[in-house]
Amino acid sequence: MHELAIADSVVQIASRHANGRRITKVRVKVGHLRQVVPSALAFSFELVAEGTPVEGAELEMEEVPAVGVCRECGVESRLGNFPLQCGACGGFDLEVLRGEELLVESLELEEV
Amino acid sequence: MHRTAVKVVLEGVLDANDALARANRERFDQAGTYVINLMSSPGAGKTALLERTLERLRGNLRLGVLEGDVQTTLDADRLARFHIPLVQVNTDPGFGGECHLDANMVRSGLSELSLRDIDILVIENVGNLVCPAEFKVGEDARVMVYSVTEGEEKPLKYPLMFRSADLVLVNKVDLLEHLDFDMEQFLGNLEAVNPGVSRILTSARTGQGVEEWCSWLERRLPAQRLA
Repeated sequence: MHELAIADSVVQIASRHANGRRITKVRVKVGHLRQVVPSALAFSFELVAEGTPVEGAELEMEEVPAVGVCRECGVESRLGNFPLQCGACGGFDLEVLRGEELLVESLELEEV
Repeated sequence: MHRTAVKVVLEGVLDANDALARANRERFDQAGTYVINLMSSPGAGKTALLERTLERLRGNLRLGVLEGDVQTTLDADRLARFHIPLVQVNTDPGFGGECHLDANMVRSGLSELSLRDIDILVIENVGNLVCPAEFKVGEDARVMVYSVTEGEEKPLKYPLMFRSADLVLVNKVDLLEHLDFDMEQFLGNLEAVNPGVSRILTSARTGQGVEEWCSWLERRLPAQRLA
C-alpha cells in the first residue's frame, strides 16, 4: 500500500504550490508501467488531504501509455503488457520513452 | 461560486525522496561503501541468506546491515551474533507502518552506522513485492531474493521490482523436488520483464549458490580493497 506514501507526497507538493489558496483539483500523471492502483491512490488521497489546503479537492489521474523505441528497427511503438515488445518487428530490446511518469501536473486553485 | 485558476506544477511525486536518496548516495560514496538494496516478498529468505553470507564472508570483506521491518527487531537479533555493524529501522512510526523503506528512513538509520568500517552495506528492505521498488534509498545495486515456493508467474504480475533488479537470487531450490515449480518457465518470465538480468540459484538451507553470491559481492569492490 505504497499509494499512501505517494498520496502524502502529492498532498505536500500541492499544498506547497497553493500558497494558502484552496485547491479544488489536483491532476496527476501516472505512467502505465508504474504499479499504482488508482482506487487505492484516490482513497489514500482523501485520507491524507484532511486538514490540509487540499481537503475536498478532486484527484484527477491520467494514465500515460507506455511508448518505447526499438533498438533493432528504430521504430517507436506503444507497448502493452509484459514482455514489452516492439510493435513493428517484435523485438524485445527497447528503450522505454514514456510510461514511467509519476508527477503532479497541475492544480486548480480557488481565486480570491 | 468561486472562480478557479489553473497552476502548472510538473513536479515528480517522488522527487523529494529521490533527492534524499542522492544525498544518501553521496555519503556512501564518500565513505567508499557499496550499497545493496535487498528486496523480496515476506519469507523469501533474505535474512537466512544473509546469515549464510556472513558465515562465509567473515574476514574477507566487511559487511554491514541495515534491517528494515514494520515492527520488531527479530531479524537484527538473528544477525547480532556476527558482531557486524548493524542497525534496525522500524517503519511503524510512519503512517500505520510503512510497507517499504524510503530514503529518509534509511538516512535516519545511518547515524547508528560507521560507514568507514563497512565495505558493503546491505539494506534489507521490508518484505513486500510491490512497494519497495518505487523508492530509491541511495543504493548502487538492487538484489532480489525470490523463492521457488512463490510460483512461476510473479515476474509478470509484479514487474516493477523484477525490472529494477540487477541480480535475482532464486532461493529455496532445495525444495524443488517437492514442488511443481517450472524453473524454465520462471526464468522465461523473468527474462521477459528484465532481459539479461543476472541470477543465481541458491538455498540458504543447504548453502547451494552462496559461494557464487559471495563472489558476486566481492566483485562489487574495487580491486585494491580485496588485497
